[in-house]
Amino acid sequence: MTLDARTDMPVSLTVNGRRTAGIVPVRQTLAGYLREELGLTAVHLGCEQGSCGACTVRVDGEVMRACLVLAVQAEGCVVETPEGFSGDPAMDRLRERFATRNALQCGFCTGGMLVAARDLLAREPRPSRHAIREAISGHVCRCTGYEAIVDAIEAASHGGTAP
Amino acid sequence: MNDMTRPIGRAMPRAAARRHAAGRGRFVDDIAPAGCLHVAFLRSPHAHARILSIDLTAALDLPGVVDAFDGPACAELCKPWIGTLDHFPGLRSPEQHALAVGVARWSGEPVAAVVATSRAIAEDALDLIEAEFEELPAVTDIEAALDPEGVRIHENYDSNLAFRLDLNAGEPDAAFAGAAAIVERSFRFNRQTGVTLEPRSLLADFQPGTGELTVHHSTQTPYQMHDVYSRHFGIPEERVRVVAPDVGGSFGLKLHVYGEEMATVAASIRLGCPVKFIADRYESFLTDIHLRDHRVRARMAVAADGEILAMEVDDATGIGPFSVYPRTSAVEGNQAIRLMGAPYRMQSYKGTLSVLFQNKAPTCQYRAVGHPIACMATEALVDAAAGALGLDPLDIRRRNVVPDDAYPYRTANGYMLEGLSHQACLEKLAALMDYDALRRDQAEARARGVHRGIGLAVFVEITNPGPAFYGVGGARISAQDGCTVKLEPSGAFSIAISITEQGQGTEAIAAQIAADRLGVSPERISVVSGDTRTTPYGGATWASRGAGIGGVAVMKAAEAMRANLLDLAGTILQASPEALDIREGVIVDAETGTERMSLAELGRILYFRPDTLPPGTHPLLTVSGHHVPQGYPFAFTNGIQASHVEVDPDTGLVKLLGHWVVEDCGTIINPLLVDEQIRGGVVHGIGGALFEECNYSPEGQLLSTTLADYLVPLASEMPDIRIAHVATPTKTSPLGAKGVGEAGTAASGAALLNAVNDALSPFGAVLAETPLSPERVLRALGKV
Ligand code: FES
Ligand code: FES
Repeated sequence: MTLDARTDMPVSLTVNGRRTAGIVPVRQTLAGYLREELGLTAVHLGCEQGSCGACTVRVDGEVMRACLVLAVQAEGCVVETPEGFSGDPAMDRLRERFATRNALQCGFCTGGMLVAARDLLAREPRPSRHAIREAISGHVCRCTGYEAIVDAIEAASHGGTAP
Repeated sequence: MNDMTRPIGRAMPRAAARRHAAGRGRFVDDIAPAGCLHVAFLRSPHAHARILSIDLTAALDLPGVVDAFDGPACAELCKPWIGTLDHFPGLRSPEQHALAVGVARWSGEPVAAVVATSRAIAEDALDLIEAEFEELPAVTDIEAALDPEGVRIHENYDSNLAFRLDLNAGEPDAAFAGAAAIVERSFRFNRQTGVTLEPRSLLADFQPGTGELTVHHSTQTPYQMHDVYSRHFGIPEERVRVVAPDVGGSFGLKLHVYGEEMATVAASIRLGCPVKFIADRYESFLTDIHLRDHRVRARMAVAADGEILAMEVDDATGIGPFSVYPRTSAVEGNQAIRLMGAPYRMQSYKGTLSVLFQNKAPTCQYRAVGHPIACMATEALVDAAAGALGLDPLDIRRRNVVPDDAYPYRTANGYMLEGLSHQACLEKLAALMDYDALRRDQAEARARGVHRGIGLAVFVEITNPGPAFYGVGGARISAQDGCTVKLEPSGAFSIAISITEQGQGTEAIAAQIAADRLGVSPERISVVSGDTRTTPYGGATWASRGAGIGGVAVMKAAEAMRANLLDLAGTILQASPEALDIREGVIVDAETGTERMSLAELGRILYFRPDTLPPGTHPLLTVSGHHVPQGYPFAFTNGIQASHVEVDPDTGLVKLLGHWVVEDCGTIINPLLVDEQIRGGVVHGIGGALFEECNYSPEGQLLSTTLADYLVPLASEMPDIRIAHVATPTKTSPLGAKGVGEAGTAASGAALLNAVNDALSPFGAVLAETPLSPERVLRALGKV
């Protein structure tokens, strides 16, 4: 892509441990950039209004909604998407429990849920069910009714080694 | 069948869940072919308006814009449709176009399309379209739509009535005349919508060289859409392919024909390249089907001993400006009016259904079609009758459900029930929730000024529909399903199925059923679904028919394959096929279990060394099975749900304390998946009863167009849901499975409504309008 100085800006990020650089339209969201330019399609768009949580990623360690951040705002940041977190035992446990507990049906909310759950376990290694429900309450799941997700996060937390 | 070593009946996770958990789902928007263009739509800003002119010149001039077209231009490629079927006599609906022609009839109806190199540019171009509309008076309210003197939405019709149905059974008038008590309610069930988390998505790719159309479509029903694309675009059936990749929730929303999707196909045909449409959330609220917009007046006659004698129901339901194609918008009302009172022995009934046009988004079938309405109206009246007679709500239901030994049973409205288990479910529920203890807790809490309520709701659910559902009315929607099984040389199998997956676990249960019959573990079965070119033709997944119909097709195909393999193994081993069995991937001596030959060895011989078989042996190593339900038009399931709530009379807030379900879906193939279907369904029903409402202004402008205005249930508001089962396998199929996808949704709202009214009973307040918002609760309490 060539740079049109009126509408575009360069951006460089570290995404899932890899350094990337490109030119993006200033108006492109981080979610759009991750999906369309980097092919990280586990960042799902359920509302593009910041209210469903499907696009949740981690930016410099903070959980964010990638539909509410412009790609250029993330300049220089370290971004983790649901495809990432490799070698992270807590995320491995979460993925395993989500699968074995059937804590997802269509899978559209799952990436955002996993990132939110990973963030919760970082803050609170043994959260109560109530705390789990509160932590994922900004995330819409239309399929499961949430209980299986709560079960899965609870089971993953019992490893107790989440940093 | 309850042998825990066998795959059927085992709680097993789904293979697909691991893919999603690893971030490797593949939804339509994740597919990005080279040269893919994007479409955006100009929509009617008015609920009812004449389209005077649409000037696309400036839009077409914007760099990056490739094409733009309006309704008449789209109609040159795409034939209009009419959403009627013959088995709803009198149902009428005018021609509908992909993009409105002449008149727009709801705010948000698409009127023009712009195609550009990116969605953002296409949206920029929408602002450059010069469109002139002449606003017409709109009909939005159900009562206004009924008014014979009012505005008519379709000029050629004498009224806004799309369909009317009158039912009369037994002797309702005599029953009401002789009743010990008559209870009555006027209900308003407000419009909801589906909110699949993945919006409607479609990628159309027309090849100008060959005239082939491939559509990647987030749909439940690829075969139905294959037929629609073929007929409406005049493309021979063999040159169409519809592929449903991962589908991010559907619940009945993604099986209707939508104008945007047809216009996207038209765009691809015009341009000869791939064109993608992904609805944004705003468009989803405006144009996804809406549901369950009913005004119901209902009364119930009871004898002094609590026997329900009769019901009389008047249901007026608004469907928007068109009956939706190809399933019609009459099914919802038809089921609502016929399911009233269906769990009970009551044999007298009078019902009137008016299905009405209005200038709002179209409504159509959605998870548990009609059931929540019938269940809320019936169960609220049962509680009212119990109150009038001084009976306990559990007790009055015990006295009235059709007894478990009375089947087959014909309901007042003519549904034939093969075998249900209301009594067993009722008793199981009472124990599961410890009903008596909860009642004691309620009394104690009340003494402390805390207002808790318990609500019960008995339900029946229509599953496994046969051809009576759509086919007899002229709809080209398959009532049969199929499965093909292929032996792989290693002794594994791959199967292709016509039932489809939206996350409920269709592929997993198909693998379990096949594995059960083929004597291998489910991990050794790979499953293909959702591609009309590579799978057998079928009805796919809707109306809780996947397991009960498609599952039997899998079973038949697997049994045919098994018979072939045992025959061939018998030839090789010089044993009679009856003396052999397949267990854990090995051909064994049926009596002793001694290993004779592995399936891998059999596969090796059959594929690579058939020269060692007797001359004339041509093994059939890919076989199919098909199934169509016969005997009963549907397999009904049943169950009972209970809700426990606490209502704050100062704020009107309802807090869910607990929810219980006992249900009977016959043979359970995978308990893990069944329970999660129920939980997800329950929460859908609770959402409708407690939060979800499509709010329109009187002029017909949709006001709830974000997830901040249209509230869906969130994790912090939902309770844990306890589930138990009673199993009455259906005798209409060798598998014995009935459907389960809609059972949760059918009755959870009714249980919740009853619980809230139970909590408020000391105040004499009664709610009969959903959702049960704090404002409505306070209004019922006379506080606002
Ligand atoms: S897509 Fe970002 S919060 Fe919904
Ligand atoms: S699994 Fe479908 S939205 Fe959560």
